[in-house]
Amino acid sequence: MATSTRNLLLFAGVALLFILTGLFQSWNLSLQILNIGILSAIMALGVNMQWGYAGLFSTGIVGSVALGGLAVVVVSAKPVPEGFAAGGWAVLGGLALGVAVIVAATLLYRAMKPGRLRALAVTALVVAGFFLYRYVFDQGVAAVEAFNPATYGNIGGFGLPSLLAWPVGAIFAGLGAWVIGKIALGLRSDYLAIATLGIAEIIVVVLKSEDWLARGVKNVTGLPRPWPVPYEVDLQADPEFVARVTGWGFDPITASTIFVKLLYLAIFGAVLLAIIWASERALNSPWGRMMRAIRDNEVAASAMGKNVTRRHLQIFIIGSAVVGLAGAMLTSMEGQLVPGVYSPLRFTFLIWVMVIVGGSGNNWGAVLGGLLLGWLWLAVEYLGPGLMGWLTAALPAGDLKTHLIDSAQHMRLVTLGIVLLLVLRFAPRGLIPEK
Amino acid sequence: MADTPFLIGENMTGGYGPVDILHNCTIAVNKGEIAVIVGPNGAGKSTAMKATFGMLNLRGGRVMLDGEDITKLSPQARVRKGMGFVPQTHNIFTGMTVEENLEMGAFIRDDEVGIKETMEQIYGLFPILRQKRYQAAGELSGGQRQQVAVGRALMTKPSVLLLDEPTAGVSPIVMDELFDRIIEIARTGISILMVEQNARQALDIADKGYVLVQGANRFTDTGEALLADPEVRRSFLGG
Amino acid sequence: MDFLNALVALLNFVVIPGVAYGSQLALGALGVTLIFGVLRFSNFAHGDTMAFGTAIVIMFTWLFQSWGISFGPLPTALLALPFGIAATAALVLATDAGIYKFYRRQKAAPIILVIVSAGVMFVMNGLVRLIIGVEERNFTDGARFLLDGNTFKAATGLAEPLVIKTTVAVTVVVAVICVAALFWFLQKTRTGKSMRAFSDNEDLALLSGINPDRVVQVTWIIAAALAVIAGTLYGLDKSFRPFVYFQLLLPVFAAAVVGGLGSPLGAIAGGYIVALSEVVLTYAWKKVATYVLPDSLAPDGLMQLLSTDYKVAVSFSILIIVLLFMPTGIFKGK
Ligand SMILES: Nc1ncnc2c1ncn2[C@@H]1O[C@H](COP(=O)(O)OP(=O)(O)OP(=O)(O)O)[C@@H](O)[C@H]1O
Ligand SMILES: [Mg+2]
Repeated sequence: MATSTRNLLLFAGVALLFILTGLFQSWNLSLQILNIGILSAIMALGVNMQWGYAGLFSTGIVGSVALGGLAVVVVSAKPVPEGFAAGGWAVLGGLALGVAVIVAATLLYRAMKPGRLRALAVTALVVAGFFLYRYVFDQGVAAVEAFNPATYGNIGGFGLPSLLAWPVGAIFAGLGAWVIGKIALGLRSDYLAIATLGIAEIIVVVLKSEDWLARGVKNVTGLPRPWPVPYEVDLQADPEFVARVTGWGFDPITASTIFVKLLYLAIFGAVLLAIIWASERALNSPWGRMMRAIRDNEVAASAMGKNVTRRHLQIFIIGSAVVGLAGAMLTSMEGQLVPGVYSPLRFTFLIWVMVIVGGSGNNWGAVLGGLLLGWLWLAVEYLGPGLMGWLTAALPAGDLKTHLIDSAQHMRLVTLGIVLLLVLRFAPRGLIPEK
Repeated sequence: MADTPFLIGENMTGGYGPVDILHNCTIAVNKGEIAVIVGPNGAGKSTAMKATFGMLNLRGGRVMLDGEDITKLSPQARVRKGMGFVPQTHNIFTGMTVEENLEMGAFIRDDEVGIKETMEQIYGLFPILRQKRYQAAGELSGGQRQQVAVGRALMTKPSVLLLDEPTAGVSPIVMDELFDRIIEIARTGISILMVEQNARQALDIADKGYVLVQGANRFTDTGEALLADPEVRRSFLGG
Repeated sequence: MDFLNALVALLNFVVIPGVAYGSQLALGALGVTLIFGVLRFSNFAHGDTMAFGTAIVIMFTWLFQSWGISFGPLPTALLALPFGIAATAALVLATDAGIYKFYRRQKAAPIILVIVSAGVMFVMNGLVRLIIGVEERNFTDGARFLLDGNTFKAATGLAEPLVIKTTVAVTVVVAVICVAALFWFLQKTRTGKSMRAFSDNEDLALLSGINPDRVVQVTWIIAAALAVIAGTLYGLDKSFRPFVYFQLLLPVFAAAVVGGLGSPLGAIAGGYIVALSEVVLTYAWKKVATYVLPDSLAPDGLMQLLSTDYKVAVSFSILIIVLLFMPTGIFKGK
């Protein structure tokens, strides 16, 4: 009883933060932070599955988020038929060729007897395959990128509804997790951390430098909104909406932005609750109990005949897929894909801190951590420079003052790091501990 | 001989976690004697040795060395008090040469000359080690490794040596050899407390024997008496 | 003649930069592997330890420059190195006493220490940015070249220049000295041997009376020194940016894993393997090819296997190949 009151109080405290932001700053900002906070909470749920349920530590969360974002471009960006016609098939063919080479190499590796001959044959196949792939692929890329590079220069998307991109984002991230998990799970636990660090960096580099795909650092903008969220301008042009909100005493422009954010809130909230519901059920099923048994004693579990690596692979894929889903939701809310935002700090580190502060192994803990740190993070981003400016107001203008104001953002790194270390040390079970 | 044992782990109770493995277990050895602990697999023999060496937290009982209560001392401090320990497994530095293994055994000593002397004695005791002194210990045979392990523990010039199955994985001939060496070591005045799987031969050379079952003392007597006891013979010595 | 030109181009653009970068990675990987051997976790803060040390070295370099102190033809940063090492060693020792020691006492799982080290990484990263900012810093001074291109061309009559930058020469010399000193320390001194013993078999080391706290402290100091040297050499050779040092973490880890975590010899081999693969795969081979191939076969592309953006993919692929085919690395680590 006492614990549930405590938990309610914690959530009430977080709610208060958002209400105060609404009252003293603006409701628009408060809702904006809340929506991103909910997406962070979903990511935290995914990470909690990996870390909290299974004890898997991934440093590549940002990679899953980015794959989710990419899914939105692939599914819902406007098609670029000319660009695609120019070289789309060559690009896809090249990629398919690349995959085929890897599959063929794997099959060859399995089919042949170990020895020098096998090493030679597999290497030869991979090298020859690589050049073939590059030959086909490069031609396609050049052709695609040549078409109207100022606006397009990429193969475009399918132009399908944005909502559809969400599950696709989950699938992309899940596939990525499958590949990396196949390789790095079952070895020393550090190896997963190192390998995921690498794959995440590569995913972000691909997004930044493969212009044919999602225009690289030129960004893809103007992605459609997910059904049923309308555009603010359309609302403002809708006489019925304007009449109704002015009747309630609101200014139509503010009302339209808030209405849109509330709609997002409803949708994201529903997804969040659905995921919590599903994972609570999973956690209390035989599968979830086995998962925790494995986490708590891997040796005993494998002695009992459980295939630990396989279970780990499952949970690793599911957790990454949940993160990918949130990544897709984020991109489709923002309406653009900007690869530059995918920093490990924001999307790997911050998410762990959410999970660990909230309480690893507990879904509600992850949600609380997501909302609380999501608020802190963004509030500091919006309010930090102002706060620093206010604190340093008495100082004379000069180097020191600029340095201090600039350093506000670096302080965020230090602060988060210290928070993580303190929580790990003094309250390793987090705000809402595992039951 | 002497009535107060040189080393005694008395009424030890405790284990690795919340579950107790030792229950009121007592093992002891007199000055210059050999005491042997036998018992079925999983009886807690190794655990009793580790407890005596301060490698697990005891919930009850105490450990006395030469009349001094050392229950609270860390294993390192016990090494400095003159105790040596050869664990059952992982008892050598596999990546280091035989000579380096011995040097590490002497880590707490800083009398260069004395160390060289002890090393010579050990090479005298185990001549094969001199031959292999620059070889990585991990590349030696099972029996040679055991010699390295015992040699390493002897480097501190301990007054009491705890050996956990020194003859594990060693052929019968080498085993006899090792037992001879152990008797030789005991003759120099070093007390030896040893766990053995080869109960018959071990009790044969033992001044005192302990039969442990499920973490508790089942039989305690002189080696000779235990060998003669029909019940011990039936249950633990295979007839 | 063409063949010689091709050879010189190969030396100039592949071998020399590869060896310099490899030395820098090897020093970094040595630190990671020593920490792993003794403390048994992969230290994610190592890249930022390198950055921190380099930042301090840069500050001292600036200070010396402002005092008019220089090191003749050699970079002033070399004079500043001891100060950087001292500051970094103090920082990591404080980190160990305040943070890692607690988990060691608890015998926490390695993965917990990995997470903790990631927390430390972010704090250090923030510290570095606070100290020196995020911009690129060049702090190389002294003579630019040991052998400059024109001299070489005039002396040999070849069309291709061979350039040896002072920083490259300094890198290689310093790396050789460090490695020799480290191996002497590990093989010949009592403390070094006790470190190896501890890394080989912790329990037995304790039973031999080796003081774990001392071993751990010495390890941190050596790792910090190696990190600062590696970071400074890298910064002299290229330039200093905190973000780049974070990204060095992956090649450094790859080098340590390739060689076998815990094996110093492996870390060195791994450093060169990773660096040379990176350079070979991202170098545009057109120049070399034009010399050796007949005109009719002259390449029209750059003949670059991977764009330099994908440097990170090289370390990653090497890492994956090792994990797939020999998880304990070439030199059989842990
Ligand atoms: N490190 C440990 N942690 C937890 N339990 C342990 C540990 N080592 C041993 N045990 C348990 O303690 C009990 C006694 O083990 P111990 O090693 O003392 O037996 P033993 O008599 O030496 O057996 P053996 O003849 O096989 O060497 C066993 O049930 C074992 O499972
Ligand atoms: Mg045993």
